Amino acid sequence: MNPSKGEGLWLRLVPAVVFIILVVPTACGLLGVFLPAFGYFPALGGSEFTLQHWRLLLEAPGLFRSVILTIWIGLASTVLSLATVVLLFAQFHDTRVFWLVRRTLSPLLSIPHVAIAIGLALVIAPSGLLFRFVAQFLPDLDVPPDLLIVHDRMGLSLIGALVLKEAPFLFLMSLAALPQINPTQSLATARTIGYTPTIAWIKVVLPRLYRQIRLPVLAVLAYSLSVVDAALIVGPTTPPPLGVAVFKWMSEPELRDRFIAAAGAVLVLCITLFGTTLWIGLERLLILLGRRWLELGSRKQGAKAISIAAYAVGILLLTFILLSAGAILLWAFAGNWPYPNVAPDFLTAATWNTNSRQFLWPLFNALIIGGAASLLALAFTVSLLERDVHRRTNTQDWMRNLLYVPLIVPQIAFLPGMQILLIALHLDSNIYSVIAAHLVFVLPYVYLSLSDPWAHFDDRYRQTAMAMGATPRRALFRVRLPMLLAALLTAAAVGFAVSVGQYLPTLLVGAGRVPTVTTEAVALASGGDRRLVAVLAMLQSLLPLGAFLVAVFVPLIVFRNRRGVRTT
Amino acid sequence: MNVSPRTEESGLLIRDLRIAIGGKTLFNLSLSIRPGEIITIMGPSGTGKSALLACVSGLLPPVFSAEGEVWLGSRRIDELPAHLRKTGLLFQDDLLFPHLSVAGNLKFSIDERMGRAERNVTVESALATAGLSGFGGRDPATLSGGQRARVSLLRVLLSEPRALLLDEPFSKLDPELRDQFRQYVFNEARLRMLPVLMVTHDPADHRAAGGQLIKIGTANE
Repeated sequence: MNPSKGEGLWLRLVPAVVFIILVVPTACGLLGVFLPAFGYFPALGGSEFTLQHWRLLLEAPGLFRSVILTIWIGLASTVLSLATVVLLFAQFHDTRVFWLVRRTLSPLLSIPHVAIAIGLALVIAPSGLLFRFVAQFLPDLDVPPDLLIVHDRMGLSLIGALVLKEAPFLFLMSLAALPQINPTQSLATARTIGYTPTIAWIKVVLPRLYRQIRLPVLAVLAYSLSVVDAALIVGPTTPPPLGVAVFKWMSEPELRDRFIAAAGAVLVLCITLFGTTLWIGLERLLILLGRRWLELGSRKQGAKAISIAAYAVGILLLTFILLSAGAILLWAFAGNWPYPNVAPDFLTAATWNTNSRQFLWPLFNALIIGGAASLLALAFTVSLLERDVHRRTNTQDWMRNLLYVPLIVPQIAFLPGMQILLIALHLDSNIYSVIAAHLVFVLPYVYLSLSDPWAHFDDRYRQTAMAMGATPRRALFRVRLPMLLAALLTAAAVGFAVSVGQYLPTLLVGAGRVPTVTTEAVALASGGDRRLVAVLAMLQSLLPLGAFLVAVFVPLIVFRNRRGVRTT
Repeated sequence: MNVSPRTEESGLLIRDLRIAIGGKTLFNLSLSIRPGEIITIMGPSGTGKSALLACVSGLLPPVFSAEGEVWLGSRRIDELPAHLRKTGLLFQDDLLFPHLSVAGNLKFSIDERMGRAERNVTVESALATAGLSGFGGRDPATLSGGQRARVSLLRVLLSEPRALLLDEPFSKLDPELRDQFRQYVFNEARLRMLPVLMVTHDPADHRAAGGQLIKIGTANE
């Protein structure tokens, strides 16, 4: 009594294919880093194992400071991002401000790291928007102050840029996780015992929420510990954080530096592991202290301070977001704009007209790569999820953990190895390899985005369709997929946004010959042309924003006469 | 329970069916439903009533396991995939596809081999029999509960099922509407000589159906 499963060859193969897509590049990349780190890589002339490259790495000037800086930046930006989210939730949950914050932060999530770093630099630089404002009241500031702000040695600007990006990310992750822990009831209970809303939220909701968003937090930590793209734009330079140092060694023409880069990549991996361990230790400590605080039973103590901090953080975040976006917009269309004027003399599209050659091709590449990678990822995700429908075993548990592999393993730790392998196979520097490399990072996000709406789909629709004679394929394509149109488009938009933001995979796998708006933006950011950089940052932000607009409006238009279909 | 191994030409026969979850048997069952006959299954929640219908229609969730035979007329159907079994399924929710019009919902269930013009005629006349002439272009979400229930029955019938499986199909309707719709469903089933297997909580459903009542999860254990 075992009716044939409605499962074709493709559905049977798809987990293996996804495994290959996610794990093989990561594993090969790590291998391609570990072997040369210990001297062995015949293609580069290293034929025996040696620790010589490690010695060279450890003797490199500024390495110790690099390592300390890396750990500092990683921990500080993660702590600050998480604290921001906790404060905003504790103070504003269930209020109208919260709704506003939610609306402002959602689109921000799609803005890539690089654009945020560029926007922030345009605001805080000595000749940036902030000093121009201040100069209106301080005549002494009629020339930009001679301060190292953007590439400050402590990495504060970089931490700021990371928080601007990661706090909204964690905020939305928390929003998505909240319904699963059903906070309303426990909040009401705590309130009736006399807790203020703020303290009640921290004491009864946060501990359970944190468990739900722990993996995203660790992903933020891993990213911040190994960041390259944003660090190239606003990070410290002498010495840079370790990820950037590795990146620089890789770009050196001397073969010897390639081996040092490999050793450095392994060191990045070790630091990420160390940082994660440290974080888990911090969690333990906080849990211990938190439990004491919980059991003290204090109901109002600290509420005032938390409230003030929440307002401060909220206003700061909002101000910098608006200023950064404003700075990018203004510079993209600025005519003559001498310091210390707060606005350009006139607006013009001249930058767009004269430089179209510099951004049209990268724009086109970004569109093609993002479109292809997100649609492929969508196809794989749907196949995986549809397979689960027919299966006794649920792939979801191990798949979910597997999906985090490319998100947690630092890109700079395995992409150099992947690049070396691709060069050896003559597969580098073409757009197909770049698409494949993007897929590694796009697929996890698309899967995570679609799996919840998929799971909440009422399966009886499928059963009804099949009982009426519809084949599994027809039930999928005519019933489930159309009804999930909004979720499918949102997942594709998330994937597209992730792809557009990729810097290292594009640059390393494309060997610089497949430029996108992101690689061009980073390349030009160190140059002097603020207008052109702003144009690229704007395009880089508009691409994902456009994708999300499509995801919002297409279902509304398609189902304008179908009130029963969920369009969000 | 004694059931003749022989079934009527187009009846539904369930022989030695055992449904289990995680190795634990939910129930054993044998029964035979003649064309036009309605057999009612009652029992507390969690005894696998819905699993029984899912099993007969080939949609048993993978967490369950089943043994035994299901025959529809002279065909053994328990090894066929769901879409080839021709067992119409009606739930307590109408489950009209919200992305299709009323006519779209009905056309979905008509055999693919039917021509376009014939399809339209079939849909229109089906709507007319249910007092829903001219509703074809409507968004299902704009229909009343009773209208939606009728469309969902029409949709099942247009797929030309050889048996009808009802999973508490009346429990969500208003009391007044419930009697009316119940009569409508039973009449259509008898008219078409369909064997009907109904799972319900409501004794009134059984009273209206007449026919045999089987309780599972209690004495049958």
